[in-house]
Amino acid sequence: MSLRPDLAAIAEMVPQGARVLDVGCGDGLLLEHLQSTKGVDGRGLELSQQNVNACVARGLAVIQGDADTDLHEYPSQVFDIVILSQTIQATYDPSRVLEHLLRIGKRTIVSLPNFGHWRVRLSLLVNGRMPQTKALGYSWHDTPNIHLCTIADFVSLVQETNGVIESALALDGKGHTRPMRPDAWGPNIFAEGAIFLLRQR
Amino acid sequence: MAESASPKFLRPATAPGVDVGKAMTFDATLSLDAGRGLAPWTVAYMTYGTLNAARSNAVLVCHALTGDQFVIGNNPMTGRPGWWPSMVGPGKPIDTDRFFVICANVLGGCMGTSGPSDIDPATGKPYGLSFPLVTIHDMVRAQAALLDALGIEQVLCVTGGSMGGMQVLQWAASYPDRVVSAMPMATGARHSAQNIAFHEVGRQAIMADPDWHGGAYQAAGTQPSKGLAVARMAAHITYLSEAALQRKFGRSLQNRAEISFQFAPDFQVESYLHHQGSSFVDRFDANSYLYITRAMDYFDLAADYGGVLAEAFRGTRTKFCIASFTSDWLFPTAENKRIAHALNAAGATVSFVEIVTDKGHDSFLLDEPELFATARGFLNSVAQSRGIA
Repeated sequence: MSLRPDLAAIAEMVPQGARVLDVGCGDGLLLEHLQSTKGVDGRGLELSQQNVNACVARGLAVIQGDADTDLHEYPSQVFDIVILSQTIQATYDPSRVLEHLLRIGKRTIVSLPNFGHWRVRLSLLVNGRMPQTKALGYSWHDTPNIHLCTIADFVSLVQETNGVIESALALDGKGHTRPMRPDAWGPNIFAEGAIFLLRQR
Repeated sequence: MAESASPKFLRPATAPGVDVGKAMTFDATLSLDAGRGLAPWTVAYMTYGTLNAARSNAVLVCHALTGDQFVIGNNPMTGRPGWWPSMVGPGKPIDTDRFFVICANVLGGCMGTSGPSDIDPATGKPYGLSFPLVTIHDMVRAQAALLDALGIEQVLCVTGGSMGGMQVLQWAASYPDRVVSAMPMATGARHSAQNIAFHEVGRQAIMADPDWHGGAYQAAGTQPSKGLAVARMAAHITYLSEAALQRKFGRSLQNRAEISFQFAPDFQVESYLHHQGSSFVDRFDANSYLYITRAMDYFDLAADYGGVLAEAFRGTRTKFCIASFTSDWLFPTAENKRIAHALNAAGATVSFVEIVTDKGHDSFLLDEPELFATARGFLNSVAQSRGIA
């Protein structure tokens, strides 16, 4: 089974046999991959009923719920890894969500699209309209991505929420990754997205 | 214990000689939460499908307040199909071609299992109110004794909705090693104040009926049909939803073009409730209704574990799948989710789905494709993990 490259990069960060919570786990592809290749004890939280059904049918333990409202129910430090993949920009309160993730997991992996990418910047400059990209193909009024941010924005949110960045990867348009320095200016212009490994300070 | 093919139904009278399922009578005392024992006692049950050689494919179905052991097929009391034909049967999510399905009438019931309408061997008269109060835990103890007698050490799944779901949770808490998976739906780990309140309305309606005779109506040759019908009518409203009632009946009139300026039922919704009430008294015992509603009221699983629900499931290896329904205001999603979160806190393997429907609490009994898909997927994965074809 070939996993989407950004998901494969996340999977590589997960240690063997870890207890994993995947927040916004979709149809469970990543969780299933982690269970079969890393022997993790995996759990999921997912908003869509159809996706939850797909997960349950796969034999995954997934709870239908909302990252914005349900994370406070989880006890602290019970998961080795908490994953939030391409979801933070769609949450109502990213700061609170991130605080909960850092509290629930010993380590937290967050992947996000980078709104600071040069094509996004150029699109706004040239067209004067809210940018639409391949990864973010919605018009401004119907997008679920209500809290888009740049890599630099996210790095400062991590600091504000008492998180520590242990490592970071830049994602290119094909989903390939390379290590990056979170405070470097380059990735904030040239990376289409990023993956962060975080822990609570 | 002794097995008898045809338990006696003392009331309501059913056609003599019909096949009313299986029953097991135990001479050993069943110790109850109320501090009393019951002996001898009988549990009536039905089975569907075939137990495999490894005895590993048993699925225990727990029925709700007014249900019984006739999950599918013909119910000899009503002459109508069983209560869960959409979920259980050949090729259904709980597939009787694969699984051995067991359902027992609950303790305190009136379909063959010991209950208040039985004859008290000490007096030779019907128990009536001298029957001990029973709890959800007592019902589960009786089922566990039945499984022992059937030689079934472990069940692949325990499932049920509403009060059936309460039994599922009690099973998982009291016998974690006997339960491979649990699928409670439309239920709660405790009965809410509003639910207790509705039950009390029903009980008061029964007890206010002069034909109730302080519970000794069998001796008096009567039955509190009016009170029981009112109890059923009030309860039935709680099983539906405002949207479903509005969709089904609106303000439509029954067999008339205009309102009558009388108190005879003008509205279709009134006729419908009357029908629900009157058909119920033909199949259910009023004292059983008192006892079983009380058992539900007393249910508070966390209370037995220092008030912390997660403690009820500490260290469990049972896999859970919980389902709730958006329009269920009797056991709303929040109550079901509370169970899911407690299981999460206990480190249990748990799935939770909320099914979108306007059909209210009774949705778990109705045609809900999303529920079937969830149940099928969950049971399939559990069966596969235990090597059951």
